Amino acid sequence: MQKIQKKVFQILVDNTPGVLSRISGLFSRRGYNIESISAGVTADPRFTRITIVASGDDVILEQIEKQVSKLVDVRDIHELLPDDSVYRELAMVKVRAEAEKRQSILATANIFRCNIVDVSPDSLIIEITGSQSKVDAFLKLLEGYEILELARTGIAGLGRGTEKVIYL
Amino acid sequence: MIGAEAIVKCLEKENTEVIFGYSGVAIDPFWNSILDTNIKRILIRTEQNAAHCASGYARISGKVGVCAVTSGPGATNLITGIATAYADSIPLVAITGQVNSDMIGSDVFQEADITGAVESFVKYSYLVRNVEDIPRIFKEAFYIAGSGRRGPVLIDIPYDVQMAELPGDFVYPETISMRSYKPTVKGNMVQIKKVIKEVEHAKRPIICVGGGVHLSQATKEIREFAELNHVPVVSTMMGIGVMPSEHPLYFGMVGNNGQPYANRAMNESDLLLMVGARVADRAVNRPDLITENKVMVHIDVDPAEIGKNVGPTIPLVGDIKHIFRDFLEQDDHPDDHSDWLRTLEEYRDKMESDRVPDYALEAYAEPRDFIRRLSNAMKDDAVYVADVGQNQIWSCAYHIVKNGRFLTSGGMGTMGYSIPAGIGAKLADPSRQVVAVIGDGAFQMSMMELATMRQYKVPVKIVVLKNGFLGMVREHQHYAYNDNYSMVELKGDPDLSMIAAAYGMEYRKVDGNSDIDGELEEFLANDTSGLMEVRINPMELTKY
Repeated sequence: MQKIQKKVFQILVDNTPGVLSRISGLFSRRGYNIESISAGVTADPRFTRITIVASGDDVILEQIEKQVSKLVDVRDIHELLPDDSVYRELAMVKVRAEAEKRQSILATANIFRCNIVDVSPDSLIIEITGSQSKVDAFLKLLEGYEILELARTGIAGLGRGTEKVIYL
Repeated sequence: MIGAEAIVKCLEKENTEVIFGYSGVAIDPFWNSILDTNIKRILIRTEQNAAHCASGYARISGKVGVCAVTSGPGATNLITGIATAYADSIPLVAITGQVNSDMIGSDVFQEADITGAVESFVKYSYLVRNVEDIPRIFKEAFYIAGSGRRGPVLIDIPYDVQMAELPGDFVYPETISMRSYKPTVKGNMVQIKKVIKEVEHAKRPIICVGGGVHLSQATKEIREFAELNHVPVVSTMMGIGVMPSEHPLYFGMVGNNGQPYANRAMNESDLLLMVGARVADRAVNRPDLITENKVMVHIDVDPAEIGKNVGPTIPLVGDIKHIFRDFLEQDDHPDDHSDWLRTLEEYRDKMESDRVPDYALEAYAEPRDFIRRLSNAMKDDAVYVADVGQNQIWSCAYHIVKNGRFLTSGGMGTMGYSIPAGIGAKLADPSRQVVAVIGDGAFQMSMMELATMRQYKVPVKIVVLKNGFLGMVREHQHYAYNDNYSMVELKGDPDLSMIAAAYGMEYRKVDGNSDIDGELEEFLANDTSGLMEVRINPMELTKY
């Protein structure tokens, strides 16, 4: 068994009905692992850009690229290499914050350049954007408090520079 | 013009000659619109067989097979047929009726989410929302099904879309503009030259052909290449018939149901050209052996097949016919490989067992011997359709392909494939003799189609190897469960002579006492449908 590793794939697809289920269905029926998936329409409404973080050994990761690329709706798939790409994830955390704990939570949020998007008498919603490891680190620091709800988007990414841009 | 008429126009534009199907309210606008055309309609007896018929038709005609059924249960019944075609990369366009657009998702009568249900068995699928999309969708569907790695495409069309008035004139697109689907046809020249260099240097080269060779219609090119370079050829189950069985360069079928000498030849080669074959488990039990100590070249139109089951030394993506034409142009150093061929001939002579049956021959015909005799009695260009089970294993090993075709459900192993596929094959080329060989289990899964044969006068010859068991599974239970048989005994088999009489077919029965050659000669003499019952030993095994 080869080493299991993670890869980030960027997939550009025709914006047809059911395209997301065709992609996710392929992953489930062939037994591939999705760590996260995020999708959104591109500047050209005919296309959707999907960022998938997948894990597997080398053979599996190569098959993922080939099998996805075979789907009729898929225009392009390529790996976003860590050195040549920028990844971001957004997370929203609702944390219990009575008056006496609020200041210390806000201080932590400040260090991570978070936004406070909602305040209520006993809770806060904090928005954090950054690499997955930054989000993980922030959540680790919140472990001392009570996290009531958490929503993460999964990562979205783009390659740096203009080299790999596909002109639609 | 309404949507249903537009569909018919699309089929005419694609030169569809015959369509297999079943009716139902949701597909009735289409069946009504097709009445005034020259497209032949074949009403099969259960929807699954519409897809099998279309598959047999596609494999013999080289065209895309077409079938059409109604919504709900009609569509879901079709799924096994579609999955069977998908597993063997057979080009089909399947049309399903659907409930009215505004009812979709509300679980109304005979509604099924068929595009969702077949997602993993189709190359692509469409749910038609607007009547004006019909011409484009059909153009794309036929193109997708019949290009690249072939496969089924499903088009689901709601009743109201079939009934809607098409705005403006019917215009069938001349060209395809699909941004995302562009299959590779031409092979990469650098890779082609690399392969030719390997062929020139190899001492023990071998070609293993799969079903992809038939799909690319590259039989002629493969034979020419093998003969020019004196390279021996083995095949997978789906590749049977690429080489005539008795060709001096052909060394049989590989795999755990194949000939031991074919596997040995492949394993001992120093250059293996794997051509249009998936390297799946039944053909290559141990992928490590076919890459060990050798250069392995994998040629396939589907890049995802390369490296899926085995990592090749040289990958080569493209259409086999194109690639072998390029090979033939590049290649000018033929070697005679006489030592290698002599070794393989020795293996064959040594490992081919002439097994003497250990039971009294009178009661039963010996299946291997019978299939040999059947082959000899058949016409040179006949189509032999093997079903699934022991009959299939014996057919692969003992049927002698001359200039004909050998069809079977290889990937999915769908019982009951042979009779409907035989009907499709006969309709694709009525001048050819078509023989379906089937066990008594699968026969009872598909015997309703004898009515279809009768209704449309499709003279397929059916040979039932009757043993009162689901023989292949009985054999498995013999080895795996020490003869503790469960769910394999076919008690209550019908009297086949009465079945034949009921459908107005000629009937013959042979056993160990029969003059088999004489019976076969008479059975195959005319071009009418017939049923031959062959009594074989229920305890017969394909492997010892």
